[in-house]
Amino acid sequence: MQLTLKIWRQAPGNGQGKFENYNVVANEHMSFLEMLDVLNQDLIESGKDPVAFEHDCREGICGTCSMVINGRPHGPLQGTTVCQLHMRFFKDGDTITIEPWRAASFPIVKDLVVDRSSFDRIIQVGGYISVNTGQAPDGNAIPVERGEASKSMDAAACIGCGACVAACPNASAMLFVSAKVSHLALLPQGEVEDDKRVTAMVNQMDKEGFGNCSNVGACEAECPKEISIANIARLNRQYLRASLSGE
Amino acid sequence: MSLHSKVPPGELAEKWTNYRSSMPLVAPNNKRRLEVIVVGTGLAGASAAASLGELGYQVKCFTFHDSPRRAHSIAAQGGINAAKNYQNDGDSVYRLFYDTIKGGDYRSREANVHRLAEVSTDIIDQCVAQGVPFAREYGGLLANRSFGGVQVSRTFYARGQTGQQLLIGAYQALSRQINSGAVSMYNRHEMLDLVVVDGKARGIIARNLLTGKLERFAAHCVVLATGGYGNVYYLSTNAMCCNVTSAWRAVKRGAYMANPCFTQIHPTCIPVSGDYQSKLTLMSESLRNDGRVWVPKEKEDVDAIRNGNTRPEDLPEEKRDYYLERRYPAFGNLVPRDVASRAAKQACDEGKGVNQSGLAVFLDFADAIERYGRSEAKSQGLENPNNSDITKLGEGVVEAKYGNLFEMYEKITGDNPYKTPMMIYPAVHYTMGGLWVDYNLESNLPGLFVLGEANYSDHGANRLGASALMQGLADGYFVVPYTIGTFLSDEIRNPAISTDQRAFEEAEQATRDRLNKLISVKGNQTVEAFHRRLGLIMWEYCGMSRNADGLRKGQKMIQELREEYWNDVLVPGNADEFNPELEKAVRVADFMEMGEMMMEDALNRDESCGGHFREEYQTPEGEALRRDDEFTYVAAWEWVENADSVLHKEELTFENVELKTRSYK
Repeated sequence: MQLTLKIWRQAPGNGQGKFENYNVVANEHMSFLEMLDVLNQDLIESGKDPVAFEHDCREGICGTCSMVINGRPHGPLQGTTVCQLHMRFFKDGDTITIEPWRAASFPIVKDLVVDRSSFDRIIQVGGYISVNTGQAPDGNAIPVERGEASKSMDAAACIGCGACVAACPNASAMLFVSAKVSHLALLPQGEVEDDKRVTAMVNQMDKEGFGNCSNVGACEAECPKEISIANIARLNRQYLRASLSGE
Repeated sequence: MSLHSKVPPGELAEKWTNYRSSMPLVAPNNKRRLEVIVVGTGLAGASAAASLGELGYQVKCFTFHDSPRRAHSIAAQGGINAAKNYQNDGDSVYRLFYDTIKGGDYRSREANVHRLAEVSTDIIDQCVAQGVPFAREYGGLLANRSFGGVQVSRTFYARGQTGQQLLIGAYQALSRQINSGAVSMYNRHEMLDLVVVDGKARGIIARNLLTGKLERFAAHCVVLATGGYGNVYYLSTNAMCCNVTSAWRAVKRGAYMANPCFTQIHPTCIPVSGDYQSKLTLMSESLRNDGRVWVPKEKEDVDAIRNGNTRPEDLPEEKRDYYLERRYPAFGNLVPRDVASRAAKQACDEGKGVNQSGLAVFLDFADAIERYGRSEAKSQGLENPNNSDITKLGEGVVEAKYGNLFEMYEKITGDNPYKTPMMIYPAVHYTMGGLWVDYNLESNLPGLFVLGEANYSDHGANRLGASALMQGLADGYFVVPYTIGTFLSDEIRNPAISTDQRAFEEAEQATRDRLNKLISVKGNQTVEAFHRRLGLIMWEYCGMSRNADGLRKGQKMIQELREEYWNDVLVPGNADEFNPELEKAVRVADFMEMGEMMMEDALNRDESCGGHFREEYQTPEGEALRRDDEFTYVAAWEWVENADSVLHKEELTFENVELKTRSYK
């Protein structure tokens, strides 16, 4: 299949970038990233600068790959990261637009690569249970209701890719933060610190410059792990409770 | 140099407990003054950095990723073993130890493996306390499943995302220490050299991947937790960026590489589809709990399936060869990975491969769907359910167990595995070999500790499923935090190590020269092109089966490829900027040297054991022929520039298990 790619190119340290057009020959069994590999081999061999994009596991779990395809984070397929998207979902002759995540809190490093360390800093202020190695009681000492454990797992499935921020018109990180808050608060082990956690994480999120949530729901629609916005509601309740209790 | 394993004396089951109670400690006020470098933030690295930070050491932690949450531990699907015996099915520390020693084909150190089995239970407790959302039963207690190579249910899991959940747990523990100031985190920094001062590992040279700047970091000791070298084969289930460079740089500075030829080929991966392919995708081993592996008995049926005239699901039962069940009735589809992989290769070598390339076998869930469907119908009280009801109910059960894996398979191949059998083929997955370490997980280079897949220590010649996560976390949470004290307790009088010394200067300059040389070749072939060629050589001559002639030929081919690489590689851009192609170029250069050493080791080991199958050494039935009289040793290789590597042997002594021919029949 013959494709035209319209790719965002931006040099490091340069606030400005622009779209450039490339032609590439792909086949339908390739993954989207393998198609970009083919493009980069051509670019390198013809003495041009390859397109920088991030990727690692190519199994949809590490959360490294991050690009907006035809206006949608991770592309057209529901519940799928770019690396798991295959070319059979495109047609011969298509023009495909590829851009980086766009959010002030994710500055562009080069081309399609952005800096997501703001996510790490949000986790660092409280996205954990305060337990040192060796302090744990027996794993079965505290039974966890199966349904709650399953809900916790649903939230914990977040891969920290940042698609929710890229999808949100306000560049809000609420889905990411609420997924962590919910994952831990739904377990008896994590409940202990939940007031402190939610307050610290929301404050850090604001400090990093992420926008506010206005219930658009684009984050849930584009999340490759289909994290539910019910988590945002849970975060809001917790945050309110924590504010009232003076944390 | 003789290799001293430093295994403590005493009864096997008491060694670790007694040793822990008698090993030298570092007082809290001294810990604050001691610095530790941890390279890598997978399960082993993140858990070690977090635990060392909690203890009070000053830790500097490094990852080449943009975040310490992305290492490839995250991709492990199936689970983590622990000898909890929660299922009351006869499990014990001894049994986990025995299964691991046997599964490793008697090529690992007894004392290390027993310690691993002992601390396995602590890992589960620790992870539960951190908030890892393990699967639970209705009563709220932890659920288990069984895995290949064992007959008890001891595997804990979090859907098909166990590695992810354990890594996020370790990442969160690490984040907490970063927040407290105990750990300084360096993202997007790749270690490119090890600095050795007066015979001790004292620091690293790392490249800041954003700026290209080379930076020096010093500490009292260095911990490597940098993963395995499976990507030497180009196509593997490893993540694209997994590499051997940190470990290989340590080898170049004097550390020994142990058993490099022991690589694990995982039996259940999605087959290769084309020459553009960048990586292979694993389908969790847990699928073999319910999936049945088969190929057609007759060649004409193979052809009919290949050219699409027969749908595999329509081929009658009597025309199928469920070869694992036939050859290994005791374990059936749950034989260990090396046995299952080799059997698949044999079936395909006989011309029974079921896809276009002839390199695939079926993994079929039709029976499981029917069995679960009937049982579900019964429990729902349905009388005389028809076939389609049963199928529907059965598919529901299978979906609940493996839904995400089935979905992933369908996304990649376009086939629906509920309706037609999966096609699978073995692929490189894990490397049991790695840097040589003693009982303290310290290499022959004093002050260099090596954890997780990067060391060779616990899996012998073959790793059992759900044991990699166990070993990574055992090393990081429960072994190195203690054993590092054996080295650091002698360092309390040494002030902070300065980077302003000759060894750092020399290492930085050597790294800079290497990078500049790669950039300056400006040849005609891309790094990727070379890596693919290296992979093909490795797979052909040092893959699922090996022979002496092939290994000699392969070695020569790598030498020629290496020569060509340094004369014709094309690396765009410059060294002093963000340059992902240069990152790859450095890694591929090291993979080539590593590949050569793997062949050397495979050539030396005149026996078949675990993942290492030498065609010259097999039984009349085609099973692996181990030669305990001559090869019950760890082969630790010392790199010598421009000469053959030197072999050092650590003899393995087995005082608690009897060496038997592994039989899964």
